Amino acid sequence: MEKYRINPDNGIEFGIYTLGDHLPNPATGERISVQERIHDIIDYAVLAEQAGVDFFSVGESHQEYFATQAHAVVLSAIAQATKKIKIASSSTIISTSDPVRVYENFATLDLISDGRAEIVAGRASRVGLFDLLGYDLHNYEELFEEKFELLRLINDNEIVNWSGEFRAPLRNAQVLPRPVNGSMPIWRAVGGTPASAMKAGYAGVPMFMAHLGGATSQFKRTVDSYREAARAGGHDPAQLPIATAGFFYAAENSQQALKELYPHINEGMKRTNGGGFPKQLFAQGVDPHNIMNIGSPQQIIEKILHQHEVFGHQRYIAQIDFGGMPMDNIKKNLELIGTEILPAIKKYTAKK
Amino acid sequence: MKIVGLSGSQIGSKTRIAIDATLKVMAEKYPEVETTSIDLADYQMEFSDGRNYLDYTGDTGYVTKTLMEADAIVIGTPIFQASIPAALKNIFDLLPVNAFRDKVVSMLVTAGSAKHYLVVDTQLKPILAYMKAQMVQTFVFIEEVDFHQKEIINHDVLFRLERLAEDTVVLTETFTKIRAEKEAEYDF
Repeated sequence: MEKYRINPDNGIEFGIYTLGDHLPNPATGERISVQERIHDIIDYAVLAEQAGVDFFSVGESHQEYFATQAHAVVLSAIAQATKKIKIASSSTIISTSDPVRVYENFATLDLISDGRAEIVAGRASRVGLFDLLGYDLHNYEELFEEKFELLRLINDNEIVNWSGEFRAPLRNAQVLPRPVNGSMPIWRAVGGTPASAMKAGYAGVPMFMAHLGGATSQFKRTVDSYREAARAGGHDPAQLPIATAGFFYAAENSQQALKELYPHINEGMKRTNGGGFPKQLFAQGVDPHNIMNIGSPQQIIEKILHQHEVFGHQRYIAQIDFGGMPMDNIKKNLELIGTEILPAIKKYTAKK
Repeated sequence: MKIVGLSGSQIGSKTRIAIDATLKVMAEKYPEVETTSIDLADYQMEFSDGRNYLDYTGDTGYVTKTLMEADAIVIGTPIFQASIPAALKNIFDLLPVNAFRDKVVSMLVTAGSAKHYLVVDTQLKPILAYMKAQMVQTFVFIEEVDFHQKEIINHDVLFRLERLAEDTVVLTETFTKIRAEKEAEYDF
């Protein structure tokens, strides 16, 4: 775990991620300017650090209703504005970028932040960026696998010899600068199905598992498949960190939490995904066995601890700001996280 | 209420004639219904490559978005090789798995003979059920002999299409009302 800068003795890490979406607030129908949204995201990271949050990550989406296409640049501003919090992408679409350039950016980010940067590499759920950036969607899987492998090769070797199908070969190429400790944590983004998790497992890569909703036990199968595949690939699962990421919202009680969060998720998903979130499914989100962490601080503490017991994961990452969530609500959530949720989950999961 | 009539083939005229007859009944009887007719013969559709439907452009983007915005869809299909046409299956493949959640779907079939009258029950309905449609169970099966010179000449067929139009609207109204009441109960 040390390679990934995680010390399990400190208990489960609590992180926050934003997709970098730029959506109207459904209560008012108003959308803040893109400049304001980017500044809000930077402030969000600063406030998260103040609340004691361990990790903050920003996504890359090249389409309408998103603001952080240049997520590495936004992360750079966050690196400069913060001191302790780990920072990462969630995720970097490696398929449509040059791994050399991505590595240069994130190694630089690691230097700026004094060793706090990580890369989460994903394949994109919406695919408009293939046209935008000049890639063929028919190579969706091949592009990711080849470029992700190259990214990891660069991370493990300062001098790289490589050739592949989608990029000019590298001959004794030195990729600079190097991160603070010579390499940095690189995760594979996984959509929640066992098939996708197994790819990360076979390769012995840390898994960043995103999930919408559903039974916690259902995702246990994904986690098990990941560890099983890692073992089959000759890796020690005990040395591979797992992060889970999904919707989070804390309020004085679960009904209030549902009320404050639902319109943002439903309206936001309609715009970004083409279909809303049914109330029936959302209402089940407060159940202790549902993976969505929505409810009172006490309910959320119990849920996270239950999930930790089931998954044995090292990091949980909360998405709070989706769908034009006002900064005031985000601040209230951070306060509950910092004063109630974090101390409790650390207390019960730390080994010392 | 938005209702789309989808003629699910790139060739032939009978399915479209039957769909347009059904939409005409709806437009006349229910002024609140906004009808749209989509005949796949009029559009250059791409084959599904797995992307989100919002990421398709041109005709494919128009057809998928129009279907997704509908409250109800009347699907008209001929029978090709003992099944639905590839063009219609492609529409299902282009849409998300839950595409018909909270939508009513009704069906009519045009066929050369009655030999394949079970195709709807054995092949079309399972797809619609998987995609979470609320189905009007009774569909209208129309044969070659029911048409003459691009017109439906069998009055029984016309009566059944009229009832199909009515059932589609009534079921859509009913589900919309029930859903609104149920959603209000959640209080969030």
